[in-house]
Amino acid sequence: MTTPTNIRSHSDEETRPPVNPDCRELFTGFFKLGISAFGGAMPLAHRILIEERAWLTHDEFVDQLGLCQFLPGSNVANLAVALGGRFCGWRGALSALAGLVITPTVIVVALSTLYARYQNDPLAHRLFNGLACAAAGLLIQMAYKLLRPIIRRPRKIALAAACCVAIASLRLPLVMTLAIMVPISIAVSGRDGSGQ
Amino acid sequence: MSGTVETLLYLAAICGKLSLLSFGGAVSVLPELQREVVINHHWLSARDFSALYALCQASPGPNVLIYALIGWRLAGLAGVLTCTIMTFAPTALLTAVALKGWNHYQHHPWRQRIQTGLAPVTVGLIAAAAVLLSRSTADSWPLAGIVALSALLAIKTRLHPLYILLGSALIGLLC
Repeated sequence: MTTPTNIRSHSDEETRPPVNPDCRELFTGFFKLGISAFGGAMPLAHRILIEERAWLTHDEFVDQLGLCQFLPGSNVANLAVALGGRFCGWRGALSALAGLVITPTVIVVALSTLYARYQNDPLAHRLFNGLACAAAGLLIQMAYKLLRPIIRRPRKIALAAACCVAIASLRLPLVMTLAIMVPISIAVSGRDGSGQ
Repeated sequence: MSGTVETLLYLAAICGKLSLLSFGGAVSVLPELQREVVINHHWLSARDFSALYALCQASPGPNVLIYALIGWRLAGLAGVLTCTIMTFAPTALLTAVALKGWNHYQHHPWRQRIQTGLAPVTVGLIAAAAVLLSRSTADSWPLAGIVALSALLAIKTRLHPLYILLGSALIGLLC
């Protein structure tokens, strides 16, 4: 489903003995992932964690990913917790999560300080406007990518449209929207998937 | 001082709640975060919110950094720490717990049903995020053009998102 497309030498990963990282390696592995991930870390996660470090096989990765996408929260952060926990218990989970999050947080805070200082400068203002437009455009692409697999299913489209209108136009609270839409969606479209 | 503590408590509650509701990744709760921060609490303008999200896109790391950034904006270092912990701790605990049951339930029919059932909701929420952010940034024709162009390039080409952000920032300078 969301399997990255650039999977190399699939079969020899299967036979390669997986490496068991310690806390320090978990930290550095997810540190590398965190600071090199721009707009979507998952394809990169495959390359760094499987192809470079061989911590787990492709199939194990897809399996873990399924859990991390199923649960709420950032998918990469969930992956860090799941893999860290699997290799080194709660210390491993904490190391991986810290490696993933700390440096990008410092970078983004530094950038926002620059933004706060120069936002009234007309030139910087226009620069940030352009940047915000691109961010909006990238969100449109993300929505489009998710919409494509269900585009020929009118009931699913109707459900997605109802959620979108409830949140974006009516500005209903999320909890209320989810409390109404999730049961309906599972009742209506949950059967679609298994019956295919 | 008590104002700061109150802000921190609100931030902790918002981050914790949204973290546990963000099915399909952090972006799906972006509209709710905007509703809380912009409409309910008037902490930021819609435009500032979009700018902060854009900064998260332009920096490395997961998109959830928007929470830390809002914490920083409202309450400095204490805000960053509060938001970071409350964004990751609840879902980390959930993941740790779920990890144990996952192998057992992975192929159960109800899990499949929930997953396929959630998909349209997630799509709707992310589309709502796209609508809201486009609406608050594209308030002139040239800016709307940049939004459309970025979306088109991202969909049609395999251009790295960083180039799209960079190019749009430069076009923004000319507008």
